[in-house]
Amino acid sequence: MAYAGGVDVGSTQTKAVIINEKLEIVGRSLTDTGSNVTVAAENAFNEAIKNADIHEEEEGVEFIVGTGYGRYKVTFGDAQTTEISCHGRGAVHMFPGTRTVVDMGGQDTKAIRVAETGEILDFVMNDKCAAGTGRFLGAAASALGVPLGELGGVALKSSRPVKISTTCTVFADGEILSLIGKGKKVEDVLLGVHQSVVSRALSLMRRVGIEKEVTFTGGVANNIGMVTVLNQELGFDCNVSSDSHYMGALGAALFAMDRIMAGRKGQHGMAEVK
Amino acid sequence: MSTTTSNLSQGAAATKDKSSIIGRGNKEGNQLFRDWYQELTTAPQRGEHSAYVFVMGSMAEVLQSFGIHTIFPEVNGLQTAVRHVADDYIAQGEDYGFSTDVCGYVKADVGLQLRGGDHPMGKIPKPSLAVYTNACNTYVKWAEIWERMYNMPSVTIDVPGSRAAGRHTWSGHVDFENDLKYVRGQINELITVCEQVTGKKFDIDRLRETMHYSNVMLERYERLLELNKAIPAPYNAVTDGTVYLGVANGFRGRAEGAQYFTDLVEEMEYKVANKIGTTFEEKYRLVFVGVPCYPIFRRFNEMFTEWGGAFVGSSYMWFASGGANTGFQYDLDNPMDSLAEGLLVTTRDAMDTMFFSNRQIVDNIEPYKIDGVVYHPIKSCRTVSTGLADNRRAVIDESGAATLFIESDHMDKRVVSEAQMKNRIDAFFEGLATRKVRESR
Repeated sequence: MAYAGGVDVGSTQTKAVIINEKLEIVGRSLTDTGSNVTVAAENAFNEAIKNADIHEEEEGVEFIVGTGYGRYKVTFGDAQTTEISCHGRGAVHMFPGTRTVVDMGGQDTKAIRVAETGEILDFVMNDKCAAGTGRFLGAAASALGVPLGELGGVALKSSRPVKISTTCTVFADGEILSLIGKGKKVEDVLLGVHQSVVSRALSLMRRVGIEKEVTFTGGVANNIGMVTVLNQELGFDCNVSSDSHYMGALGAALFAMDRIMAGRKGQHGMAEVK
Repeated sequence: MSTTTSNLSQGAAATKDKSSIIGRGNKEGNQLFRDWYQELTTAPQRGEHSAYVFVMGSMAEVLQSFGIHTIFPEVNGLQTAVRHVADDYIAQGEDYGFSTDVCGYVKADVGLQLRGGDHPMGKIPKPSLAVYTNACNTYVKWAEIWERMYNMPSVTIDVPGSRAAGRHTWSGHVDFENDLKYVRGQINELITVCEQVTGKKFDIDRLRETMHYSNVMLERYERLLELNKAIPAPYNAVTDGTVYLGVANGFRGRAEGAQYFTDLVEEMEYKVANKIGTTFEEKYRLVFVGVPCYPIFRRFNEMFTEWGGAFVGSSYMWFASGGANTGFQYDLDNPMDSLAEGLLVTTRDAMDTMFFSNRQIVDNIEPYKIDGVVYHPIKSCRTVSTGLADNRRAVIDESGAATLFIESDHMDKRVVSEAQMKNRIDAFFEGLATRKVRESR
């Protein structure tokens, strides 16, 4: 059995996925990226290997593709592919009807239009500003003292969302605390935050053209509030996988498996990973 | 005075081993540039006048006929960015009171003026006058700064129809003839101001001479653009193209400019005949839309060439060439009307290229064998950038071309994020590679 690996080094977290020849995920792992990107990539990959229960002496990961901002720091990898291509590929693999992908990560939001083959037809990303990305949600969570994992659930308790006038992540604290100071409820502020982030994502999606099916990927897709608000704004439900956080790493692993199937074997692979 | 090309040598390397001419265009272009700045630096010592002008409608022929030097603040600005000192000049402009939202060229120029003209390429003289058209929204306010600083005249030439793509009229139509008369009247006013500034009488034969040199340059420039249809393309329309643009503007109406483009066409024809491209293997043929990213000029280009991406066309080489891309030829028997017509039609063309580039891009995809279109909207210039998103959409809808949209600036490094840019560029080429594989099946 041949295995392929994908390592997605994002600005906030690093994800690794191992797939088998049937293109099934057999191992996955997630770790904070931190300051040493290479170490984070190695740790994530090694954990994914353990999670996959692959024995080095019997079987190996024959090809590894790095993706994400830190893709060139995946020093044990064999090739690099951008997360734009990887999220597109991963999303179409998980949901073959996908034609539009919205990926929301720590500092990026991407809207990607894909063909049924996974080919990237068009894409746009947020400009040099973290407004409308996961970072803004993180800033809101921090300002309100709500754990990130509970953010969406709290927001959905709101029936009177507050219009958030700024989406600047740097000024998020001040804006949010000022609203609380005016007597606004935490859930109302949070729903407003979710709506403002979705609004920015929709703007990007419109620039590539929203075509069904829409698949929501990236860490922010774990936020039920974001999924609910996005579905409301779209007027239909988008696809969300329980592995949405790993979609970039999955796409990278699929690209790695393409190489294996084409008869290529990586020069480095698992043996060189400490 | 000659009104033929007989005083221009027909290619300096006509009798030598022609391979030695490869690279001549860039080498001589850079030398001409240095000479030009040196000439400007020493102009005040010789009591010579200078005019601040812009690349779209510089009126170089009229100014050269009076012996007035043309100085391009836009070119001064980009030179500070390429030489990595624009931040200092921009900061000085912002300290003076200009908002971060104001065009980087303007703020760098304000910084330059506040430094008494000290520039990495030399010392920029103060203007005796400024000449500008309505091509750019900012030109008018920019010239007002110099008026306040130097109490000198500025001449505005209002060119009609510069926001009217697809609705233009042409010679023989009553509207066109009225527009021509309107522009011609303004050129007369410019001539009066030049006479007042220099104390010289207008010499129409001298004007004919400068127009003749422009004719040679414009004809050669159009040919130069055509030559990049060759595979591989003989020059890079962004990096090499910027050198050519510098000469096209700085030496317009001059024998040196005419000779330069004569030699350059000879070099490029030789490269085309011998299938000699640029310095890397050409895998993807691209057209660039917008103004280059000067703060990381070399690196910006490398991010494309690393993938084998060759810029075979550039809207910058169209709209910033002063109409040279159209190959417009002045009628030397009727110089004043022809000058007005040239200004009218080439400024309109430049504006169409900036605001409505989609038509020209789509028309060029097949002849230039374009694989992808790279849009580079810049924060400094809402005028150029605002419609690019719609333009891109129109190009995709009409041609299905692969496109890339990267936002940064032509001057201000604070809004240039190389990592983000590279990510987009890499993804663009990954898509192009997949597309090529699919199309080859």
